[in-house]
Amino acid sequence: MTTRDIVFTAVGAVTALSALLSVTTKQVVHAALWLLVSLGSLAGAYLVLGQELVGLVQLLVYVGAIVVLVLFALMLTRAPIGPHAEIDTPWRQRLAGALLGAATTALLASLLLPLFSGATADLDTPTTTTPQVAQAVFGTWVWPFELLSVLLLVALIGAFAVSRLVLHRDGGHGARRPATVPSGARADGRG
Amino acid sequence: MIHLSLPAALSALLAGIGVYGVLARRNAVLVLIGVELILNAANLLLVTAGSRPGAPLSAGPVLTLFVITIAAAEITVALAIILVMFRRTGHIDLTAVPDLTDGPDDAGDGYGADTDDTGDADDTGDTGDADDAEDPRAEDRDGHPHDATREPAAAGEGVA
Repeated sequence: MTTRDIVFTAVGAVTALSALLSVTTKQVVHAALWLLVSLGSLAGAYLVLGQELVGLVQLLVYVGAIVVLVLFALMLTRAPIGPHAEIDTPWRQRLAGALLGAATTALLASLLLPLFSGATADLDTPTTTTPQVAQAVFGTWVWPFELLSVLLLVALIGAFAVSRLVLHRDGGHGARRPATVPSGARADGRG
Repeated sequence: MIHLSLPAALSALLAGIGVYGVLARRNAVLVLIGVELILNAANLLLVTAGSRPGAPLSAGPVLTLFVITIAAAEITVALAIILVMFRRTGHIDLTAVPDLTDGPDDAGDGYGADTDDTGDADDTGDTGDADDAEDPRAEDRDGHPHDATREPAAAGEGVA
């Protein structure tokens, strides 16, 4: 056990416990907040592993953007405040889910632990990997990187189009109602 | 120096917790939290494999950055779909039965605006939480032509 092992064990315990709480808590908003703790401490785990760029991007994108987006979605869907039993499936399905989750963990652990047994990473020499990552992104991986920008644009337009399409459909099958109501409303507003 | 079996074990644990989260939740946003945990398990495994000595092309951290970007795009589209589902049905319960009643309701919507209104009124009456279901409809009826007036109304009700 080196120092980094001990630090990683502590950070990983926080990550695993908060992840477990975020999938088992009965309060909807607490689930998102425990997810925030889990993803933040996972950024710490990346720092311990010597990938400071990935850790900071994890903080920026996951903790800063995705969890806030989840919290906004919970607000907009009027999530109940306080403990709420209706957010979980029945106990039979939860038991099956727990069995499947444990089976997934056992399968991955039985595959990965022999693969990484005895493997060590020497991180004690003071080197930074960020220039190598930058050169790899804009050298070897430049076409997937450009494709990702297109993917982000498509996701932006797609999210916009999904909400607008259904709104248009709502107005579409009630075609006579918006034709009459706005004229009356505008007349009221002007008069 | 760090032993890489520790992050590998944490990755397996996170993936199992994420699978449980996807299967044990009825709220659609909480299912997405489970998906995020599975994605983070994959990210941690990529970083772990990338920090082995002699890993070529910085593939571990670069692919982790790509997966983070794809996760951001994925959750954006997923939350848009969830919000549309909430606007149409009044709940985001993935195991709810009233999805079956949406079929005939949509078929009845094709007849015209009058049957559409009565059909919607029946729909909001049928769902259990009438308060939650009626409010988005009311906003749609009142403020649908004016997007500028609709947004503050929705925001104000969200706060209240």
